Formats: sequence, structure tokens, C-alpha cells
Amino acid sequence: MNQILDLVRVFAFLSLLTVGGGMAAFPEMKILTVDVHKWLTFPQLIHLYSVGQLAPGPNMMMIVSIGEWAGGFLGAVLTLLAFFGPTAVLAFVVARLWKRLEKWPWRRSIQQGLAPVSIGLLLAGCFTMARGAITGLETATIAVGVLLILLQYKVNPALLVVGGGIIGILSFLPK
Amino acid sequence: MPYLRDRLVTKRQWVEDKEFVEMLSISQSLPGLNATNMAILVGEKLSGALGSLAAILGMCLPGAAFMAMVGIFYRQHGDHPWTSAGLKGVAAAAVGLILSTVVQLSKKSLAGRWDFVFMALTVIAVNRLHQSVPRTLVGVGIVAILFHHPRRTEKEDTRP
Repeated sequence: MNQILDLVRVFAFLSLLTVGGGMAAFPEMKILTVDVHKWLTFPQLIHLYSVGQLAPGPNMMMIVSIGEWAGGFLGAVLTLLAFFGPTAVLAFVVARLWKRLEKWPWRRSIQQGLAPVSIGLLLAGCFTMARGAITGLETATIAVGVLLILLQYKVNPALLVVGGGIIGILSFLPK
Repeated sequence: MPYLRDRLVTKRQWVEDKEFVEMLSISQSLPGLNATNMAILVGEKLSGALGSLAAILGMCLPGAAFMAMVGIFYRQHGDHPWTSAGLKGVAAAAVGLILSTVVQLSKKSLAGRWDFVFMALTVIAVNRLHQSVPRTLVGVGIVAILFHHPRRTEKEDTRP
């Protein structure tokens, strides 16, 4: 039961950090789920996040896997609620208030000020993840390859993630 | 997001294009994932609280079920050489995917060299100085918001 309470507390907290995207919370998620509560290892966290890119819907659904590991079915459901509930309520309240805030001059300032910070958090999350995911020349090549393809062409990113997996099987399978 | 726009604006005509952009910018400056915040905003506009609830459930449940199954499979077969080899490649590809998002967002929403300074400060605070994400978010966020404070000239411009 304590485990479930921890899950709810951790993921409700993490949800408030996801400004600009889920990856913003990744460094803190690594500390809380891997180092503090030891629900999974760092490579496992990276693997679940990466496979989560193939899931339909928002790209942070791997939190459900963590909840399921640490607390079974109930853990999965409560983790989902804890991670999406608080921000959903906040978004709902803001949706109601927004019309009234339209003339508020600081609204633009907040949007402009948060943009570089949220991109910075995304990049910081990316570096945290790269520390575990980029282990040599092959993985670096896959990452750069995916980056260049996505900047150049309109491709479904999920296809590239699957492609990365196929290249991984071909190059890392012990002979 | 392009897919969401196509469905909501073009096919269903639930929101107008200008409203979509507006909703997206709200979604981005609120905590919460962009996709789920959009679901809440569009749901609220169409049919209030129930609409929001329906939208976020529809957005989350398929992926949640998928990832619960992936988690169970991974726990049982994660050590298999095929799985771990494949996952190494998948993780590397995901890093490339996130980097491409960083580049695209920077092109779209960073204006001027100070925005790049704020972005760099955020990265350094989290990755190098090991500051917690909330502390960084509040610290750098407040400086950046004050930097972009409402300017008098802008107010005069909007006067009729």
C-alpha cells in the first residue's frame, strides 16, 4: 500500500514539471523512480520511454508500465490518474479563465518567457537520456541519422523508432 | 500535432484555425503534455467538463493499455538477447527524435540571442549543476518572464 502511495505522490509531482512536454520531467523522473524508489533501473527507464514512442496518444505512457511494475493493476491505474489528473484539472480551469485573461499584458510575457525554458528542459531531458542510451559509435550514428532524416523529410517518427530497433538487432545481437 | 490539426480543424471543424493555434500556445505554457492539454481545451469548448473527460480518456486509454502490456512483456523477456539488442537501437533512435523536436521548436519559438541564453542556462542548471527541475523551472522561468515583461510601446501599439 505504501508503494502505491509513493507512486501517486511521485507521479503527481512529476506531472507538474511537464511544462512544454513530458521530457521536461525526465531528469527528475530518473532520480525519483530509479535512484530514490528503485522501481526500475536506468536502462529499463530508457527502454520503456523509447518503446513508449510507439504507443498511440501522448508520448509519456510508459509511466503506466512503471506503475504496473511497482504496484500491479491498481498501481498502473493510479499512476495514470496521478500523472494526468492534476494537469488536466489545471488545464480545465485555465480554459475557463482564459478569455478573461486575454487582455492581461503579462500573458504574452509568460508565454514568451516559458518557451526557452521549456525547450531547455526538453534538451536537458534528452541529455540525461543520451547518457544512458548513447553508448558507442553505433548508437550515436543511429541517433544522428534519425535526427537528420526527421529534419529533412516528413516521416512518421514511429517508423524510424522501429527502424532503430531493427538496426539494433542486426548490429548488437551477440554472434 | 499536424495530425491533430487536420482532424480538429479541417475534418471535424470543431475549432477554427486561429483558435487551434491559440489553444496550442496555452497547452505549451501550462504543465501537462501538449496532447492532453489540447484534449482538455477542445473537450471543454465542445461540451464542458464531460467533453474534457471524454477527450482525455480517449487520448490516454489506448496508449495506457498498450504500455501496460509492453511493460509486462518487457519484464518477462527484457533479458532476451534479441530484445536488448533491439532496445539499444530503439533508445538511440528516440534520442534522435527528441533532438529533432528541440531543433524544430527552437526554430519556431526562440527569438533573439537572450532566448538561447535562457535555454542554455536551463540545460546547464539541470545537467551540469544538478539543480532539480522545479528549482530550475521557477528560477530561470521567472528571469525569462521578467525579461519579456510587457513593454509600454506594445501597449501603445494596440491602442485604437
